Amino acid sequence: MGDVAREAKRWYWQRISAMVLALCVLVHLATIVYAVRSGLSAEALLARTRGSVAFAAFYTVFVAACAVHVPIGLAHVGEEWLGLARRTANGLAHAFAVLLAILGMTAVYAMVAA
Amino acid sequence: MSADRTSAAHEHDAPQRRAPARGRNDRRAHAHASWWAFAVHRVSGVALALFLPVHFVALSSALRGDAALDGFLHFTDRPLFKLAEWLLVVLLAAHLAGGVRLLLIEFRPWSGLRKDLVAASGGVALAVGLVFALALVK
Repeated sequence: MGDVAREAKRWYWQRISAMVLALCVLVHLATIVYAVRSGLSAEALLARTRGSVAFAAFYTVFVAACAVHVPIGLAHVGEEWLGLARRTANGLAHAFAVLLAILGMTAVYAMVAA
Repeated sequence: MSADRTSAAHEHDAPQRRAPARGRNDRRAHAHASWWAFAVHRVSGVALALFLPVHFVALSSALRGDAALDGFLHFTDRPLFKLAEWLLVVLLAAHLAGGVRLLLIEFRPWSGLRKDLVAASGGVALAVGLVFALALVK
């Protein structure tokens, strides 16, 4: 794949993931405000999340969209602000995507199933 | 020899001729609302990207039991952490609103500089910041 095609693909995935994230972040912001208002304690949080299929499904989609969106943005920043070569920036972005997916899904599992 | 002198003179002159114009254009571009929208979107994006792994690790403390998660929540129940939390929520709202602005510009018909979208993005971030601040101090 040439550079232009790769760049177009990066742009495409950045926007598709942004559309998913726009909805996820709206729901997440409302959840944060609700959680903070009703008292932040492990008992209160886990009582709502443990065994919840809806929570697991929603946050799995959220984590997946983050794992796509965030590394692409960081690759741009790496190239434009840190002067990294595109290949290096993309390599680091892929590694960050894997890290986010693993840490994010571990967090979802911890809140739902542990 | 004279060709060398000419090219040396060019190399010497060129930065002097270009620098003032570039500096002026940079300053003019940076004074524009759209540049600030870009700057906020980028800085908030980087901050949120750095925060995400920490957030995930903190939530994963529930793997070690309710007490571990409670311990973390108790540890962060201090003014400095609350301020950082509030700032992150505002940055998340700003990144969301700025992102929707970009999607509207890229996928919907538009004309002009759309400063109204920049203003609306700022308004959304401010509104979310106020709502979250009220939730924090309830």
